[in-house]
Amino acid sequence: MNMTVQTKQIEDQGVTIYVEGEVDVYTAPKLRESLMQHCETEDLVRIDLSGVNYIDSTGLGVLIGAYKAQIATEGKLIIIGMNERIKRLFQVTGLDSVIQIEENQEGGQA
Amino acid sequence: MNAQLQKLYKNLLESYVLEPKEDHLYSAQRLSRWFIDQKIPPEELVNYHINTIKTIFPDIPQQVKSSFDLLLEVMISYGIAYQESEKLIDRHKQLDHEIDVAVGMQQTLLPVSPPQLNEVEIGVISVPANRMSGDYYNFVNHSEGYLGIAVSDIIGKGIPAALCMSMIKYAMDRLDMKPLSPGEKLRGLNTIVERNVDPSMFITMVYGVYDSLKHEFCYASAGHEPGLLYRADRQEFVELEAKGLVLGVNPKTDYEEYKIQLQVEDAIILMTDGVTECKVEDGFLTRDELLKTIQDCIHLPAQKAVERIHHKLCERTHYELSDDQTILIVKRNA
Repeated sequence: MNMTVQTKQIEDQGVTIYVEGEVDVYTAPKLRESLMQHCETEDLVRIDLSGVNYIDSTGLGVLIGAYKAQIATEGKLIIIGMNERIKRLFQVTGLDSVIQIEENQEGGQA
Repeated sequence: MNAQLQKLYKNLLESYVLEPKEDHLYSAQRLSRWFIDQKIPPEELVNYHINTIKTIFPDIPQQVKSSFDLLLEVMISYGIAYQESEKLIDRHKQLDHEIDVAVGMQQTLLPVSPPQLNEVEIGVISVPANRMSGDYYNFVNHSEGYLGIAVSDIIGKGIPAALCMSMIKYAMDRLDMKPLSPGEKLRGLNTIVERNVDPSMFITMVYGVYDSLKHEFCYASAGHEPGLLYRADRQEFVELEAKGLVLGVNPKTDYEEYKIQLQVEDAIILMTDGVTECKVEDGFLTRDELLKTIQDCIHLPAQKAVERIHHKLCERTHYELSDDQTILIVKRNA
């Protein structure tokens, strides 16, 4: 299964990263590369997971890495558009208590 | 190429070019295996072939001789590629051997067998999806009648996860110097893990202490898959709900403790996500299917039960585990 990553930047409103497909041990490095690049420069990074149907522990690790990078630079990471399976994963791992989660309000990818 | 091989090849070539037979081709196939065993590079063989042909047919046209030079030049590149592949095969064998040693070392990090506890039976199975596992379990003797039980899943699989496992093992050993409650234990481990792992690594763990006098199980969870409590009188499963952040994310995390009471024949089932998120051909094993599998086996002695459950999951996945699987059952007998 493939994964695609696209970004949309709005001036003074940070960057939104749209992820589609499966995030697993094979595709996670590509997501890590894109995320870390934006975490280095942006105060606000949104990750839109509306198009993600599966994420494994390696993928979760990439999101944790991005969260830590944002915390270290006093930035902010928001995750939007999670399906029920991913929401449960966040609840079980307790990540919903530290990472800000929002429902997808934009109605999908721009 | 040694003289014996040269002679064999020359005889074969002479026989074939003067009076071709199919048997010669079979002999050539057999001979080629010897060349490979002797690590003879392709350009050396082609060079010998050309020289032999020149001896057999001294009058071959100059244009054909020139074409041999071209062929030889091309074969030199093949020779280099062959040598590189030989080096890679050697390196692969060396790595394979190192992994074998590491697999053996990893086995020593796991308890040899579940401990004995009065009126309680413990069964455990832990099977890696590949050769090295990211799952970990441990038993800690607290004091008379008290047993600490840990089941843990380290992010990812293979060698990185296995290296992380050794850290968690030694961190647990260090914290075992004094008896800690489950919440305190996870808090201590979290501090160590957060300080020592890559930002994108994390570990989940459920840690509990079984009191075999009161038959109480006090536990806390660091983002681990909820375990199950099997109530034998009602023949139903209750999820061991526990909130807690995975180890390695936030150094200032507290872990809430929960307590349950076991009646005779009740059982606690702790698992890793290789079991609860077991990939099957048409998606994921459903929760109902998993509970049914456990229920079908829970009447067996604890060790037999975990082995039977794992076997059934293997059958369901056609023996292709996509993740490491660990199942631990604590069953009250009397």
